[in-house]
Amino acid sequence: MSDRMIKNKKGQVSLGATAFPPNGLSLKAGDILLKLWVSLGIPVAAFSIFIWLWSAGAASVQTSLGTLPGPQAVFAQAGTLWQEHWEEKGKEKEFYFKQREQNAQKLAQDPAYQVKARKYTGKPTYLDQIITSLITVFTGFVIASLVAIPIGILCGLNRIIMIAFNPFIQIFKPVSPLAWLPLVTMIVSAVYTTQNGGIEKCFIISAITVSLCSLWPTLINTAQGVSSIDKDIINVSRVLNLGWFTHVFKIVLPSSLPLIFTGLRISLGVGWMVLIASEMLAQNPGLGKFVWDEFQNGSSNSLARIMVAVLTIGVLGFILDRLMVLLQKTVNFQK
Amino acid sequence: MAFLELNNVSKSYVSGPGGKRLPVLENINLKVEEGEFIAIVGFSGSGKTTLISLIAGLLNPDEGEILLRGQPVLSPGPDRGVVFQNYSLLPWLSVYGNVRLAVGKAFPSWLPRQKDRQTHKFIDLVKLTPAVAKYPRELSGGMRQRVAVARALAMNPQMLLLDEPLSALDALTRATLQDEIEKIWEKERKTVILITNDVDEGILLADRIIPLNPGPSATLGPEFPITLPRPRNRQQLNHDARYKMIRNQIIEYLMDVRGDVAGFRVPEDLVLPDLEPRYVSSDSLKG
Ligand SMILES: Nc1ncnc2c1ncn2[C@@H]1O[C@H](COP(=O)(O)OP(=O)(O)OP(=O)(O)O)[C@@H](O)[C@H]1O
Ligand SMILES: [Mg+2]
Repeated sequence: MSDRMIKNKKGQVSLGATAFPPNGLSLKAGDILLKLWVSLGIPVAAFSIFIWLWSAGAASVQTSLGTLPGPQAVFAQAGTLWQEHWEEKGKEKEFYFKQREQNAQKLAQDPAYQVKARKYTGKPTYLDQIITSLITVFTGFVIASLVAIPIGILCGLNRIIMIAFNPFIQIFKPVSPLAWLPLVTMIVSAVYTTQNGGIEKCFIISAITVSLCSLWPTLINTAQGVSSIDKDIINVSRVLNLGWFTHVFKIVLPSSLPLIFTGLRISLGVGWMVLIASEMLAQNPGLGKFVWDEFQNGSSNSLARIMVAVLTIGVLGFILDRLMVLLQKTVNFQK
Repeated sequence: MAFLELNNVSKSYVSGPGGKRLPVLENINLKVEEGEFIAIVGFSGSGKTTLISLIAGLLNPDEGEILLRGQPVLSPGPDRGVVFQNYSLLPWLSVYGNVRLAVGKAFPSWLPRQKDRQTHKFIDLVKLTPAVAKYPRELSGGMRQRVAVARALAMNPQMLLLDEPLSALDALTRATLQDEIEKIWEKERKTVILITNDVDEGILLADRIIPLNPGPSATLGPEFPITLPRPRNRQQLNHDARYKMIRNQIIEYLMDVRGDVAGFRVPEDLVLPDLEPRYVSSDSLKG
């Protein structure tokens, strides 16, 4: 009851105050326009200047594959890649349609006929390659998180574990994916011998290489988050007499979640960057292989296609980062 | 043997890389009987929170011993509920979640429905039912403090350690919660140690008031038994001669041990009887 009385009083006071600013509205409209210009106008202007400089400068660079393509050529190639995708999908549909018809025919002639279902073996299109890349990076990222978060928590909880892990973290963190890849290739080849299993070896190699390079930011941030939990919150856990598991899952994990997600965000960025290199070397049919193949082909369109890939990689990396930011916001309980 | 015994307890903090020792508590002796309500008053920084942390088992004494039913206190236990001075709510849990976590831990064998009822009951007790789904960042300081009180009370511990549990509340809410604390104490006869900076609050609730002298190396002062009959009505107390006398004694003592009164709420000793400026009986508000 006492609450309500005080609230009422406060309400009256604030009501009186809101009547004062008379021309707040026109001020606000100007503010919005200015903000719109800053957040939208400036980037658009900068981008236009960049496009102009590119088209003006590209023509003057001669490479062994002809002049450097300008924006128009790149845009045209993007259209071609898009078209190729749908042509390929059409062919695939046709193939399966024919196969079904043939099988039906043969079955009609000979009821004992064993139905054959062959898979379509067309070239992966650009969109297929993008999807392969996304699946690969996601797989590597999940593996990295599953390894890094538990180890990070243990490191953060226990100083001795932290000291034990620290040299490994420091030494392996800066290693390039190009150095890991041969090792990973040899080990995967030795261990993963069931060749007719569903998963491609090059996919596993790429994913593991991505994990090896991207797990460190998550590990370090998790350890940091866990070891820096507010002492008051630890005291609450102690006074409530929470058991080890409850302590970890109800106190430690939620309170370090913001930092864990910061680590995950960095990890995904690193993973995406590393992915292209490892796909190139492991010949995983993703964007990395696309770039490599175009480079090896050396046709007159190759440079433009590689530029399409560069832009795709950049835009997708940006989108992935934004998605992580969104996720991060949902777990941030602080103001 | 008393329920809780502190024998020659000393505690100092070692701070910084230089390892400078700051003696906080020195030679603390205290005996608390089961079911007793003790209030400890003292100046800011004298070591009240340190004392509560020692009894809670969050800190261990450098010297001396703390015995609970004759057993040394080495770590926190389910028998001691604590209301922290800085509320210490879990920011990722709602009001309900914060209380519910404690209830779930205190009564592991209960059905979910019973735990749920217990949680709601104590949230209602501190008048936070409208804010039950809110998160600590959305609450005012006083509301957070009330969640902390609800959390400790809902666990139904044998002993309550309250570190200035009502300090951030307005006089009216404070009075209501004082009544609730007294009611719970009357009903369940828990042992309570209340840290407070409000002498009136101590006199209203406690069996004994013990001042903690200013630090460093703070010691406990002489105890002031409060023999006023219960239940104590704060309106009637204002006219009670014994009440005025004991209050003046305590305040005089506190003024003596430290000349200035910075950081301490000394009640304005003006014409209280006619005006009743500090307290409105909570009963008159309920109507
Ligand atoms: N963790 C710590 N490390 C070092 N010194 C500390 C620590 N905690 C408290 N102190 C010091 O110990 C003394 C007593 O602190 P304490 O928090 O017990 O005081 P208090 O009586 O609870 O004060 P208040 O009424 O302001 O809450 C203070 O001088 C403080 O600076
Ligand atoms: Mg304190």
